[in-house]
Amino acid sequence: MNVHQPIAVAEPIPVLAPEAPKPPSAEAMVRFEQVAKTYPAYRDKPSVQALQGIDFAIARGSITGVIGRSGAGKSSLVRLINGLEKPSAGRVVVDGRDISALSGRELRLAQRSIGMIFQHFNLLSSRTAADNIALPLEIAGWAQDDIAIRVSELLELVGIADKYDRYPSELSGGQKQRVGIARALATRPNVLLSDEATSALDPQTTRSILDLLASINRELGVTIVLITHEMSVVRQLAKEVVVIDAGHVVEHGHVADIFTHPKHPITQSFLAEVLGDSIPVSLASRIEPQPVEGGQAVIRVQLRGTAAGDTIVARLARELGIDIALLSARVDEIGGQHVGSLTLGIPGDDAHIRQVLSWLSQHQLPVERLGYVA
Amino acid sequence: MSRDLINLIVEATGESLFMVSVAASLATLLGLPIGIFLATSRKGELFAAPSVNAVLGVIVNATRSTPFIILVVAIIPFTRLIAGTSIGSGAAIVPLTIAAAPFIARLVEAAIREVDGGLIETASSFGASPLQIVFKVLIPEALPGLVLALTLAVVSLLGYSAMVGAVGGGGLGDLGIRYGYQRFMPEMMLAVVVVLIALVQTVQTAGDYLARRVNRRLRHR
Repeated sequence: MNVHQPIAVAEPIPVLAPEAPKPPSAEAMVRFEQVAKTYPAYRDKPSVQALQGIDFAIARGSITGVIGRSGAGKSSLVRLINGLEKPSAGRVVVDGRDISALSGRELRLAQRSIGMIFQHFNLLSSRTAADNIALPLEIAGWAQDDIAIRVSELLELVGIADKYDRYPSELSGGQKQRVGIARALATRPNVLLSDEATSALDPQTTRSILDLLASINRELGVTIVLITHEMSVVRQLAKEVVVIDAGHVVEHGHVADIFTHPKHPITQSFLAEVLGDSIPVSLASRIEPQPVEGGQAVIRVQLRGTAAGDTIVARLARELGIDIALLSARVDEIGGQHVGSLTLGIPGDDAHIRQVLSWLSQHQLPVERLGYVA
Repeated sequence: MSRDLINLIVEATGESLFMVSVAASLATLLGLPIGIFLATSRKGELFAAPSVNAVLGVIVNATRSTPFIILVVAIIPFTRLIAGTSIGSGAAIVPLTIAAAPFIARLVEAAIREVDGGLIETASSFGASPLQIVFKVLIPEALPGLVLALTLAVVSLLGYSAMVGAVGGGGLGDLGIRYGYQRFMPEMMLAVVVVLIALVQTVQTAGDYLARRVNRRLRHR
């Protein structure tokens, strides 16, 4: 047996958000209505159609991931929600209000109920952690005493109460993002926008920040919109996912549905990134097109939302009495379903192979024949 | 060196410090808002007014490219209008201010442009008005750069102030020319230069110290 990639079977995925959905609300928190965004030509740059025909809703209290490649329009999309950008066509309705129609003071008031966190944290280097968190409150005209109380609450909430008098240059990336989150929540917003908030952080810190966001969603009921190019972020945190490509929404639905049955090539490629769909190079190089004397036939089984994907090899071997070799596997759990692929070696003649293939097709498991190895 | 000569140097130093400090203050009052506006008024910026920005830019450049000694003479009627006279240290403050303000404006513009654009977006995202962004984000974040800019401006003003002797402005430069050069008193010239060097050193050291004090970017405890 030649296992090149770590078998990720049954890696426990912590349940970050409650399984039971919140009571559905008649009014979505964010609704895009036939939104388009075009940046006009400027100097030598031609005009850019960043977004087109965007029409979807984000449920109140949900955590929605917006995933796309760089340049797909994610940043424009999220900036339409808090009015930093105006749509060229259509409406963006946030908490029942058409944010795209507001301007000046009205817009600034509405922006106080929408928090935002950033990839590079965007903290003021001239202010301590506490004073950074105080900034939106000063801007909203809070009294000094109220600010002091609120800031210590927030420092406590994000778990950095001891860092209140530290300047950003004295904080780690994860601590800076905690300050960023506290600042974004200062004015008690209903929506928290996260623009690649974990992209500059290492995996452990990313995990802890995502855990914090999940608890904020759970305890404060804040609707979270996550912009990311990382599938793992969506998988860990989001319940809903919007896949965008070249300015269009190409898929939208529950994370489990979208990633167990990806339709669009972009979605499939994101999935391949976390699951490593390609077989190990050292195995691929040994695969021959013709049967090898005394060798094995190599097949790959796709697991797409199979409830018991992890038992397939055992059941195959037991029910057919064939010694199936597990050559490579990458299986992950998304929304309680097994997703990934198994590369199996089947010893013996064609009859064995046909038996295995028909067993797999009976169980609705897509399979492809890759060739033979010695 | 006689007591009289020392008195002359002390008096001239006082005049120079008076001219430079008043001119630096007035030029900052003018240059700071102009610099902030220049840094925030291009297309798509906070106070977007590209044509005003362009016109203001031309005026600033024109003032800066006029040699100071020519500027002093050219604006004598204006100086007289403002100061009531065109002679003396008080009157010299007018051309010094007019020369330093655009210089400060450009230095301020550069310092403000150094502030990460992401911070402006961040402040906008939580509903800050443009003026709040200027006072709560841009100025505090640019403060180390602004302090260094003002230091540079004061040092340049000390140099400029040596030229206002041409219109009877007094000060150290005037003393150096009249006694050191025209009356062949090299010890006077040397004394004037030493005092100027000491002043520049003091200003620069103080400015550097202050800029470091307000810079939180690299400070570690």
